[in-house]
Amino acid sequence: MDEARMIRRGLGPRLWLAGGWLLLALLAAIFAPLVAPQDPLAQDLMLERLPPFWMSGAEPGYWLGTDSLGRDLLSRLIFGGRIAFVVAFAAAFAACLVGSTLGLIAGYFGGWADRIISRIVDIWMAFPPVLFAILLVAVLGTGLSSVIIAIAVIDWTRFCRVIRAETMGQSRMDYVENARIAGYGRIGIMLREVLPNVVPSIVALLSLEMGIAVIVEAILSFVNLSISTDDPTWGGIIAEGRLSIHQAWWVLVFPLITLILTVLSFSQFGEALRARFDPVLR
Amino acid sequence: MSATCLEIRNLSAVLANGQRVLRSVSLAVEPGEVRALVGESGAGKTMIGKAVLGVLPLSVRIVEGDMLLEGENLGRLSPKARRTLIGTRTALIPQDPLTALNPSRRIGPQMTDRLVRILGWNGERADQRIRQLLEEVQIRDPDRVLKSYPHELSGGMRQRVLIAAAFAAEPRLIVADEPTTALDVTVQKQILRLIAQLQREHGTAILFVTHDLGVVAKISQKVSVLYAGKVVEEAETAALFAAPQHPYTRALMAATPRYTDPLASLKPVDEAVLAGLAAEIAAADRAWRPRHG
Ligand SMILES: Nc1ncnc2c1ncn2[C@@H]1O[C@H](COP(=O)(O)OP(=O)(O)OP(=O)(O)O)[C@@H](O)[C@H]1O
Ligand SMILES: [Mg+2]
Repeated sequence: MDEARMIRRGLGPRLWLAGGWLLLALLAAIFAPLVAPQDPLAQDLMLERLPPFWMSGAEPGYWLGTDSLGRDLLSRLIFGGRIAFVVAFAAAFAACLVGSTLGLIAGYFGGWADRIISRIVDIWMAFPPVLFAILLVAVLGTGLSSVIIAIAVIDWTRFCRVIRAETMGQSRMDYVENARIAGYGRIGIMLREVLPNVVPSIVALLSLEMGIAVIVEAILSFVNLSISTDDPTWGGIIAEGRLSIHQAWWVLVFPLITLILTVLSFSQFGEALRARFDPVLR
Repeated sequence: MSATCLEIRNLSAVLANGQRVLRSVSLAVEPGEVRALVGESGAGKTMIGKAVLGVLPLSVRIVEGDMLLEGENLGRLSPKARRTLIGTRTALIPQDPLTALNPSRRIGPQMTDRLVRILGWNGERADQRIRQLLEEVQIRDPDRVLKSYPHELSGGMRQRVLIAAAFAAEPRLIVADEPTTALDVTVQKQILRLIAQLQREHGTAILFVTHDLGVVAKISQKVSVLYAGKVVEEAETAALFAAPQHPYTRALMAATPRYTDPLASLKPVDEAVLAGLAAEIAAADRAWRPRHG
């Protein structure tokens, strides 16, 4: 178990850093009206392009500066987090539910079920994902629910592939054969014996998928295909920041850092959770 | 006189490519008796056990023969009735105690589950039964073991747990598939003694798969010698060791070290014997026509 202990030690600080950032960002998003220093939509041409707090010319109360319309960047990032997290959770759970269920069925039952499901996955994955997302949103129309549906529709295959392979591996183990000898039903064995052994992977993928959903939502906002243009979104802020990069670099850099930190944290957090849920690594 | 515990008549099985893996195997296990099934790797010992327990791989197809469990012909039962019969009357002591336990479930629920769900016992009765069996396999701290995950126990402990689980449901027949092969040499003897002891006390019939004639001599009353899916000799164990009839059995014995004189006359199975066997099997295959399939 030396190896397991090393993995756990290695994951310790990462788990806390990643979890800490996610918790902070999540709480800020939930309590946005209370914690945001300014109204994220309030424009003030007198306050346009204020720099962040440590630079000369900064105004108190506008910690990360303002954009070209004088809106407070920190407040916009905090409110943007709301959409990011809603999309992350809803899209990842939907993709997970569909993909893991089909993966479990394909991996456990094999035969025809597996052939059909695997073929669908192959066809699905032939589409470039971002293009697929843009196409879907263009068809479904912009809006929060279309973005969530688009991400789930595209990314369930990630769950399906991994969970299918893991389920297949587990199904070959002797404990499954033992359960069959005992006379347990097929579905009972799948849910009670096999599923608990793939849960660690499902959890890790779920967290990773939340990060991916955040990116995809940002990309969609960036190309102006996401939510209504009024509500601040990270991708939308990045798109605006790109236009004023020479006059106000902070409008581009801070949302990028926020996005990257969040996405990285989701994937690190997922890995750490996998280790936590896995009785062999625990 | 009760019905024969397990009777296999003329069982043949083929792979998807038509290759035969079992060649008209017949053998019987009487109630309370240990029948050893001995043969080298690939002889088909595990296949026979799996066929009896109804868990043959999909690539293996039974093309003829009957299997009777306590007089019930398994082939004539509905799949559901067959599952129930096998689930209530048989158990497996597997070769690899690590993968035979579910890694993500604690030992306790894994063991009681079968009693509760298949035999319909209540949880308390199942728990008592499991504790009693853990005592019988000489596990001194049952509380810790019941709360453990499989990987937290040693190989020997895991095999004790599986032996306890196999005997807990009072099956009539246990298939033990090389139950000591994956263990340390020192632990092997203890586990073997334990199986023999529980077998005697519970009067359970065992089909004991092994490639080790030393083990055969210690544990079994009857023995079938298997080569390439064919039973080449069967006899009472004592008689087999006193006067092996088939050249292959004799060669196998010559290839087994003796405890009294481990270095004496140890030789591999003779080429001529193997050639003879190959001819015997080829002749049998030519003469063989499956009755159905
Ligand atoms: N899943 C499978 N699909 C197809 N053929 C198999 C499968 N498993 C085993 N076989 C083949 O069936 C034959 C009998 O194998 P089996 O496992 O019963 O041998 P064994 O006597 O138990 O050997 P060992 O002592 O190595 O366990 C072998 O030729 C083997 O290659
Ligand atoms: Mg075997």
